[in-house]
Formats: sequence, C-alpha cells, structure tokens
Amino acid sequence: MDIQVAKVGVVSCSGEEIPEGTLCRLACRKVLDERPGETVTICLPLFIAGGEEERTFAQNYPTITVDGCDKMCAAKATEMLSGKPARSLSVPEILKKHGLKPPDKLRHFGGEEEAAVQAVAEEIAQAVDEVLEEE
Amino acid sequence: MGKKHKKVVVLPCSGIGKVFGALARETAYELVERVRPGVATTTCLPLLVINDPEAVAKVKENPVITIDGCPKECARKSVEAAGGRVAKAHEAIKFYKQHKDLKPEGVAEVNETGRKLAEIAARELAKEVDELAAGEEK
Repeated sequence: MDIQVAKVGVVSCSGEEIPEGTLCRLACRKVLDERPGETVTICLPLFIAGGEEERTFAQNYPTITVDGCDKMCAAKATEMLSGKPARSLSVPEILKKHGLKPPDKLRHFGGEEEAAVQAVAEEIAQAVDEVLEEE
Repeated sequence: MGKKHKKVVVLPCSGIGKVFGALARETAYELVERVRPGVATTTCLPLLVINDPEAVAKVKENPVITIDGCPKECARKSVEAAGGRVAKAHEAIKFYKQHKDLKPEGVAEVNETGRKLAEIAARELAKEVDELAAGEEK
C-alpha cells in the first residue's frame, strides 16, 4: 500500500535587489535541505515562465510564501497565478520580532548574518509544522 | 549608432535549486557592485512577475541582459512578458563550459571557485554592458 506523505510548498522571494532577498533564499534553502521529505519549492518566476504543472503548484501543495519586503511579491504572485498561500511570512516582521538587524549586503553572508538566517528558517519550519498539522 | 543609455539592467535567474542559478546571481552582483557600478543595475525578478510599475519601467526604458540558470529561461521570459526588451540573453552554464577548470558548487550561494568563475563571467559581460550603454549594440 502506498503511503501518501504530505508536502508543504515553500516559495521564496528572490529579491535580487535587496539584502532581505538573499536572506529569504538562504533561510528557505536551509529549511528545504533540513526537511526534504516534507517540503518542496518552485522558482517564483516559473508561475509565468513555466507550464501548467508550475501554475498549479499552490493547488497541489499547501504553500508558505516568504517575502523580503512589503511589496510581498511571493505572496501576491502565488495568489494571483497559482493559488492562495496557506501562510505568508514577512522577513522584516520576523527580524523585528526577534530584535535582529536587517542584513546590509547582497551576497557572501557569513557569521554576522547567521542569526537572521536562523531566525527566519525557524519561523518557516514552524509554519511547515503548523500547515502539516492542519492537513 | 543607437540610443545611449545611462543604465543597463542585468537580471539573473532567481532560483534556489540549482548551482547555475546561484552562479547567475553572483555574476550579476559582481557586475553591479564591482565591475560596472553605476552603469549596470538590477531589479528583483519577482517584481516583474507582479507587474510592479517601477520595475516594469526599468526594463522597458533600459536595455536588459538576462543570465538564466536553466533552460526554462525565467529571467528572459519574465522581461519579455513585462514588455521589456532583452538585448542579450545568456545561460550561466556557458561560462562553466568555457572555463571547465572552475566548477562552481553551492545552491543558494556559490563557493569560492564559483566566485572566481563569476568574476571572469562579469568581466566578459562588461563588454556587452559598455556597448549597450554606448548605443553600440551588436
């Protein structure tokens, strides 16, 4: 008998123009690497550049979006082009909640940014747990 | 000679699943921050996906160089879908094919070897940035 294991979609802002975009990518990647059996991702622009399979992503998986700024591209694009996200996380809100400074560089994150990456990854992981419980 | 441009937009892949996506971003950052600061600029690819007016205007008013991480070509297609004009389109894997001694690793960010490859790629693309800025597109 096949056992269906539920997976949660994680959609990251890629924010190439802002340090919080890099933070989003690193935190999402950390969760995807640490929980490979429970999470799956898609590159956000594939909602436009991809095919039917990509556009039904949020219908196939309950999805958590992670955004780097208040433009909320990941949440908006997912809802507009695929389906309503189960959770929408905002990096500025997470950093504020944890009393952490936003990163100030676009690349080559190191020790200084580690606490921020860890805090965002933990919030994503917690949201994954919540969504899996609801499923 | 074509129209001169103050800015050239360099738009990389935004994927977090493949090493060549990370190489594309590192190359774009190298161009924007070190090789051609002030002329090369970038924007967030997802802003084009949600039709953000400022980002759409940027790719409509300036020539765009896309650097994609895989054959799905999200960067190129997203610029075209937003009504922008892609002046030059690249796939990051070609830089590795040209420099096989520099095998990049890493997914969200590339390793030291990947950074070296990105430096070389950025210097190569700088020529295109200069030509586009001068209105000498080939």
